[in-house]
Amino acid sequence: MNRYWNDFPILNQEVNGHPLVYLDSSATSQKPFQVIETVEAYYKGYNSNVHRGVHTLGTKATDAYEGAREKVRRFINARSIKEIVFTRGTTTAINLVAASYALPRLQQGDEILLTPAEHHSNLIPWQQAAKRTGAALKYLPLEEDGTLDLEKVKETVTPKTKIIAIQHVSNVLGTVHPIKEIAELVHKHGGVIVVDGAQSVPHMKVDVRDLDVDFLAFSGHKMCGPTGIGVLYGREELLEAMEPIEFGGEMIDHVDLFESTWKELPWKFEGGTPIIAGAIGLGAAIDYLESIGMDQIEEHDRKLARYAVEQLSKMDGITIYGPKENRTGLVTFNLDGVHPHDVATVLDAEGIAVRAGHHCCQPLMRWLNVTATARASFYLYNDETDIDRLIKGLQKTKEYFGHVFR
Amino acid sequence: MSLDDLYQRVIMDHYQRPRNKGRIEEGAVTVDLNNPTCGDRISLQMRVEDGKIDEARFLGEGCSISLASASMMTEAVKGLTVDQALELVDLFSKMMQGEAIDIEKFPVEDIEALSGVAKFPARIKCATLAWKALEKGIKQQKRA
Repeated sequence: MNRYWNDFPILNQEVNGHPLVYLDSSATSQKPFQVIETVEAYYKGYNSNVHRGVHTLGTKATDAYEGAREKVRRFINARSIKEIVFTRGTTTAINLVAASYALPRLQQGDEILLTPAEHHSNLIPWQQAAKRTGAALKYLPLEEDGTLDLEKVKETVTPKTKIIAIQHVSNVLGTVHPIKEIAELVHKHGGVIVVDGAQSVPHMKVDVRDLDVDFLAFSGHKMCGPTGIGVLYGREELLEAMEPIEFGGEMIDHVDLFESTWKELPWKFEGGTPIIAGAIGLGAAIDYLESIGMDQIEEHDRKLARYAVEQLSKMDGITIYGPKENRTGLVTFNLDGVHPHDVATVLDAEGIAVRAGHHCCQPLMRWLNVTATARASFYLYNDETDIDRLIKGLQKTKEYFGHVFR
Repeated sequence: MSLDDLYQRVIMDHYQRPRNKGRIEEGAVTVDLNNPTCGDRISLQMRVEDGKIDEARFLGEGCSISLASASMMTEAVKGLTVDQALELVDLFSKMMQGEAIDIEKFPVEDIEALSGVAKFPARIKCATLAWKALEKGIKQQKRA
């Protein structure tokens, strides 16, 4: 067992008669005691609405909620808490940018640049924005291993490029895209870059000032935090110029019968009672991850991915997708002749949880010329023995289907 | 929960040697359906003559359970009236929910092999895809 395994109570259980091996952290990560207890302490001790009333619990809740915002700011090195908007998750964050930034600004002749590897959450909002504004969607070409060639990116980015929306890390291929270089390119032509950080922020140090990105979206639940909380980072001057898309309580300054004005940043984007417990839980998750160190987590996850690729490569009939080098903590693969759902079912019977399907990346599946794949993804609580169990499970899958097919 | 309950030999036989795979030349209703959570898809064609399904064929991509189920379903509905076929859809759905049913009512006994899917909740959608396509096809046919 690795030293962090004990922090995650859920891992200490049997599934289908075998000790659980959880290899689906790219879908959602498990939660340590530290996060569970922080959320519990909020509900048991000071559950209250924030930013209103003067009672003691309300003040405590507000301090904790806003304290979590400051933790997020520090975690991604934003300049100000005005740049940190709490959302329901990555999807909501990207939709906010598409609705509030893109819709009023785009017009015919403008271009939105994406990659074919985007998660549906960073694809469909832009399809909709393009349809409604007349702007064109364009795709950066992927190399054979799913990486981007910066020279080709240079050729595709032009003054017509108003937005480039791109994943930092692919949830299927584990590729890490050169965000800093792409940000520089798009800025040179006057556009903005929107980064889907759902798979990067939980696994590596992401510094919005160093990368010089305009928007960054990520989810709490993939980084040891609760579900239902996410973050939109936006450059202050951009957020300042944007209109809210949700209206109601909490986000207003002055309300009249016919006109109203908005609160200042970031609250004008947080209409309604916010996700208080989620934000406080996310703050605890950040404390937990920082106590280990993001560089250490990144190195750990990459080491496991290298080990998994090495072990999987030794097996006959395995196809591994994505780059050989420089991949983050996940491996997507297929076993010849066995559909990934069937692979996942046999592994599940062995207590091993992997993802099987299109991973919310249907265009990328078509690019890979498959309908579905299996994926094992790793986090700080996994170690080599989990991968050994995976390999054994896959051997069993091969034997089993070899047998029933005969 | 045993894997052998799920992957019975007869299921694997239908998966490897699907019956009624292909297209119908003319006079058929076509239903394209996919399972958005996993990417399985089926294109089912059926031809109805005098209120009876005289031909049913499919093309599809998916796991062993979804393709075997499609193969068995196309075998089962041939020669049935559309209302009889709808009754089978209902019967199959009950079997997937683990309800006790009269298995004899299925005109093709192979279908019984799919009853084990009920113990694998994550796979029920795989087994029901073809039957949902059938139901949709019959409704289209009735409207036409």
